[in-house]
Amino acid sequence: MSHVGIVLISHSSKVVEGIKDIINQMVPNVVVEPAGGTEDHGIGTSVEKILQAIENAYSEKGVLLFYDIGSAMMNAELAIELSEHENIEIANAPILEGAFVASVESGMGKTLEEVKQAAEKAVK
Amino acid sequence: MELQVNHVITWMEKSNEKIQTNKDFLSALDRAIGDGDHGINMARGFNEVVTKIKETDYSTVSDVLKDVSMTLLSKVGGASGPLYGTAFLKMSTSLKGREKIDYSLFVNAVSEALNGIKMRGKASTGEKTLVDVWEPIVEQLQKDSDFEAVTIETTAKNSMEATKAIEAKKGRAAYLGERSVGHLDPGSVSSYYIFSALSEVIKEGV
Repeated sequence: MSHVGIVLISHSSKVVEGIKDIINQMVPNVVVEPAGGTEDHGIGTSVEKILQAIENAYSEKGVLLFYDIGSAMMNAELAIELSEHENIEIANAPILEGAFVASVESGMGKTLEEVKQAAEKAVK
Repeated sequence: MELQVNHVITWMEKSNEKIQTNKDFLSALDRAIGDGDHGINMARGFNEVVTKIKETDYSTVSDVLKDVSMTLLSKVGGASGPLYGTAFLKMSTSLKGREKIDYSLFVNAVSEALNGIKMRGKASTGEKTLVDVWEPIVEQLQKDSDFEAVTIETTAKNSMEATKAIEAKKGRAAYLGERSVGHLDPGSVSSYYIFSALSEVIKEGV
């Protein structure tokens, strides 16, 4: 069974590595790909890193992206426009809580839309 | 009069010179109301742009602008990467397949760039972003009937200076609210350098 892939986009690689660790402990069967920091390991986001993370997390069920602040969302949108895949969505949810809930739902084999909705209801 | 490949290359070289010269000033402006890296990011990005376009042979303006865009997207890092990257990508796309860039095509390209910036940043006029320079520039270009060095320089400079009085509604500075008033918007200042460079290219003869 394939699962919706999760991509974590943050200005800091430490942020996304930490979130990935938290999720993997509980949901080992979902691919969670971090895309944190710039190419030269600075604070910021990189559209190339995001595109690579989408590639790594891709399954036929699609990929859901989470972002932290500001330019992370712009680069997430750009990555979707530049990617060759169709079924990629951005979740409008807090990156930690949202991605955690999304991974649990994805692990149960839910669809991209279901996973996205669950993430966006994560903190209400 | 027409805009040609060598004009665009000179435009980027002059933009780069101004950004390198004012790198610390841009970062200082950004430290006041942002994350303090605008000068470093823009200096790195435009340096890479100039390196890339000087080592490549181009047959169309659209191709040069595409490389400018892709370099900025991958090298800048902060919010200015996707914003300026999108601006130059939209210019490139709107000029695709055109051999000769006359004034009306150029105005249309800058207008498309502005639309791209607004779409990417979800920003509109009066929010203390680079839109506050690009929008008046597009309006001025539409009023003029040919490349005018003086009006471009004046419009860009005045609208950049006017961002000082605006309260930020977008970007990192928006978190500061009223405390952002009294500071120039760093993105508007770097946009001013880009249009000031364009003005110089026109003055030297497009």
